[in-house]
Amino acid sequence: MAFLELNNVSKGYGFGPKRAEVLRDINLHINEGEFVAIVGYSGAGKTTLMSLIAGLQRPDEGTVTLRGETVTEPSPDRAIVFQNYSLLPWLSVFENIALAVDEVFSDWPADKRRAHIEKYIAMVNLTPAREKKPNELSGGMRQRVSVARALAMDPKILLLDEPLSALDALTRAVLQDEIARIWADSKKTVVLITNDVDEGIMVADRIIPLSAGPGATLGPSVQVDIERPRDRRALNHDPRFKVIRKEIITYLLGQGGRPKASVTRKLVLPDIEPEDLTIPRGLVSGRLSPIRRREIKQETVEVE
Amino acid sequence: MSDYCELSNLTKVYPTPKGPAVIVKDFNLRIKKGEFVTLIGHSGCGKSTVLSMLAGLNDISGGGIILAGKELVGPGPDRGIVFQSPCLLPWLTAFENVMLGVDQVFFTASKEERREIVEYYLTVVGLGDAMHKRPTELSQGMRQRVGIARAFALKPKMLLLDEPFGMLDALTRIELQQVLLEVWGRTQLTALMVTHDVDEAIFLSDRIVMMTNGPAAEVGDILEVKFPRPRNRAALLEDAEYYRHREHLITFLEERAHHRTRLVQAA
Repeated sequence: MAFLELNNVSKGYGFGPKRAEVLRDINLHINEGEFVAIVGYSGAGKTTLMSLIAGLQRPDEGTVTLRGETVTEPSPDRAIVFQNYSLLPWLSVFENIALAVDEVFSDWPADKRRAHIEKYIAMVNLTPAREKKPNELSGGMRQRVSVARALAMDPKILLLDEPLSALDALTRAVLQDEIARIWADSKKTVVLITNDVDEGIMVADRIIPLSAGPGATLGPSVQVDIERPRDRRALNHDPRFKVIRKEIITYLLGQGGRPKASVTRKLVLPDIEPEDLTIPRGLVSGRLSPIRRREIKQETVEVE
Repeated sequence: MSDYCELSNLTKVYPTPKGPAVIVKDFNLRIKKGEFVTLIGHSGCGKSTVLSMLAGLNDISGGGIILAGKELVGPGPDRGIVFQSPCLLPWLTAFENVMLGVDQVFFTASKEERREIVEYYLTVVGLGDAMHKRPTELSQGMRQRVGIARAFALKPKMLLLDEPFGMLDALTRIELQQVLLEVWGRTQLTALMVTHDVDEAIFLSDRIVMMTNGPAAEVGDILEVKFPRPRNRAALLEDAEYYRHREHLITFLEERAHHRTRLVQAA
């Protein structure tokens, strides 16, 4: 039996004619210590899938089990890192993490908890900023706090819900490397949800595409057999990188893509030129209709 | 073919309490008619400043811009702009948003012809079914499609794209690049795009101009992209040339763009 299992999971919202199927027939088996990336479109149902694993929502059909136990509610076993960081603005970096640690390890003595928090702040390289409040931190730093908070709970599984989507490309690259390093150190089971195929290839053991909704389902999973640590520049030359990238993108743009709206309509594009608005409208008078392309004649004037 | 758009010694200086801040210095670029050129560089390198001067939305401190034989002064509908966020009027439908500009530049045309122009472009960007919806009823990607249709419908001399897909997720971005390329292929407008997405630059452009980091940004390197058009992404992803271009750009962005900053600090 796999560490985390989703069997025939379906989920929709609403009733009757307004019912919207979000996920159907989701089957996902993740082994202990594995790093899996799920790649899909915005609005495909990635966050719904994450909520089901986290226990924030229950599936309509099918089961979600962690180590053989059915998931029915949220628990510190499954820590989530959200795209929007979800930090408390009036607490410092240290206090935000302490909130989670004090709750989960309430039986520990205070100095042990303190040392534990410091360790995770150091792991995400935020020790110099430990007393800062979220609004004094950049987006990348806030996300590190959120990652430290999740890891400090010592969860069985770490759920990353588009953690880097709100960051710029360069900060994202730095944090991808950091996530890969932290995963290698902590050996946690990780599920990453993202819309960036390259991000998945950089950090994950396995990538699974999620088709576009409604009624999204998982596509064929692709193993990323590229040794770690992975170097972004070397990866660019790696034939395995190209194959994986192409396979996922082809699936997501093809059979897993959004249904194409096809409209059959006779379209006419009038062959007319726009008016020069720098000429006052009165001066265009004498000509009440626009210039047509075929009326434009090329003239060559020779000057000495 | 002669140059259609010419940026000569373009300079932008902002006065600050600590003295003038030079953002762009002596920037030179010549664009041929029908060419698709991309400016790539890090955030804050001044690439958007160059674009906004070309758009006429930002005053030129030094040098000048000639478009189709005339020096540019101020903004105008002869340049169609696609912004990072589409800036649609929320109380108007997609159709009405596009019609707003079309009514202005085609005021001598018949009502019927204007309607045909708007319907044509909204349909080719894939909004044939959603023309009469308001922005709030559209997804982010669909709103950006309206922004693309709006720019093309003016039949501008030049198309300016300021990180047009920067706010979209990676997959919607791929879809919209395809849409843009399709519409662009029909019209062959001269285009200048600003982006920091390496794949986007290669997929769309004929020429990629790499800018060094600001302040006083300038052209660092130029890459010609000679893939035949229409381009097919799947075929491109198999082409070794594609990865060589990618490597070239990534290396520039990682090393050379910063190199200059280091030199300045050391001095």
